[in-house]
Amino acid sequence: MPASVVVLGGGVGGTLAANLLSKELGRDARVTVVDPTGMHHYQPGYLYVALGQANARWLIRDERTLLRKDVDLVIDRAVRILPDAGTVRLEGGSLDWEYLVIATGAALAPDRVPGLVEGSHGFYSLEDAQRLREALRRFRGGRILVGVAGIPYKCPPAPVEFVFMLEDYLRRRGIRHKSSVTLLSPLNRAFTIESASKVIQPIMEERGIGLTTFFNVEEVDPSAQIVSSLEGEKEEYDLLVLVPPHAGRPVVLDSHIGDGSGWLPTDRYTLQVGDMDRVFALGDATNLPISKSGSTAHFEAPVVASRIAGLVRGTTPKGNYGGRVMCFLETGRRKATVLRFDYEHPPAPPQPNLLWHSAKWMFNRLYWETLPQGRLPDNVPLPIPTGRSDPQRSQP
Amino acid sequence: MSMQIARSLDLRGLSCPLPIVKTAQAMKELSSGDVVEALATDPGSVADFGAWCKSTGNELLEQSQDDGVYRFVIRKR
Repeated sequence: MPASVVVLGGGVGGTLAANLLSKELGRDARVTVVDPTGMHHYQPGYLYVALGQANARWLIRDERTLLRKDVDLVIDRAVRILPDAGTVRLEGGSLDWEYLVIATGAALAPDRVPGLVEGSHGFYSLEDAQRLREALRRFRGGRILVGVAGIPYKCPPAPVEFVFMLEDYLRRRGIRHKSSVTLLSPLNRAFTIESASKVIQPIMEERGIGLTTFFNVEEVDPSAQIVSSLEGEKEEYDLLVLVPPHAGRPVVLDSHIGDGSGWLPTDRYTLQVGDMDRVFALGDATNLPISKSGSTAHFEAPVVASRIAGLVRGTTPKGNYGGRVMCFLETGRRKATVLRFDYEHPPAPPQPNLLWHSAKWMFNRLYWETLPQGRLPDNVPLPIPTGRSDPQRSQP
Repeated sequence: MSMQIARSLDLRGLSCPLPIVKTAQAMKELSSGDVVEALATDPGSVADFGAWCKSTGNELLEQSQDDGVYRFVIRKR
């Protein structure tokens, strides 16, 4: 009898883990992906949609076309995970599993910040990105504020990339001189990672992009067009773009297997969930203190696949996730830098250049044919420096 | 000077910038003069708490480290 493996979620991590499991285990396993829409979104593309550089068609594919033929796809929503029974309840039925991969991602929770839904734009869903694109088209000049309304959130560099690309956009439109762009940061620097801030901030200054520090968004007053912070500051805006708060998925909360925010307590190396030795998590759904990003899921999926393959075969499960993340950071004017880091090594981003900008575009194009299928090598042979090992970073 | 701690925050295991965000949220619910204790493991929190207190006008009364755990005692402005 083949082992039954159920993967919840058909995003980057779930799709890649399912394909790797099916490739590795062949007839020894029956791999099933459960996804509520059956449509796979390339989420990094939302940014380009908002700025009118890409259309929605480029960002969405049928999940079925990304999965190996021997992987089953069930289009349904998981509503309850029952670890003891080895079952997951779906809206339209249930599935039994011997091994479970939870790759359900993060949900957006914009209503957690009063006034955000009415007062703010965003680019963290396709609909929001399309709405923002229209608002920008109508924009004739004024004060634009960009920030984050909750921590953690997906793709930490995205707000910084957005301000740089927005500055380019306003310039192209010929309304830069009538506009100001300001980034609201929860800390005293533009980006959480200090080495990246050191690269980013001088460029922001050079381009005349403002930075308001220690501004942790508390609420938005849509009628007065004012956003206020927990620190007691207020900022007026003509156009507000906030990353909404994120939370774990309802299925995690309702199954009582996550923390209070719905993130799964996950072993930072083995990616096992709590004390459930047949349940693994990856990607945005975990509680790991590392970026919520497609790149994280990409590097985690082989670990989950290898560990489950070991369990199915009765051999010692191998493979540890070392906290590896690699992401590009666009700085506008056709330049980008790149961040590569792990649990022990902080990033040491190079000065932005055309090469990394081109690499990001190439990745955007190649994504559909490479990453979900496992065709992208884990060990990307690129000359990207990291900082020196800092054992304190690895402390849980 | 009384040093009664109004609220203790366990921020261990959280990575930057969550310790600051959670502290800012907790401070909001307290009154002026209240003292908060925060425990964090993120090494970056030392610089962040110092700068945050300076910027917001809250007073950093104490700061210490014991076995990888940083302790900050802050009085609300």
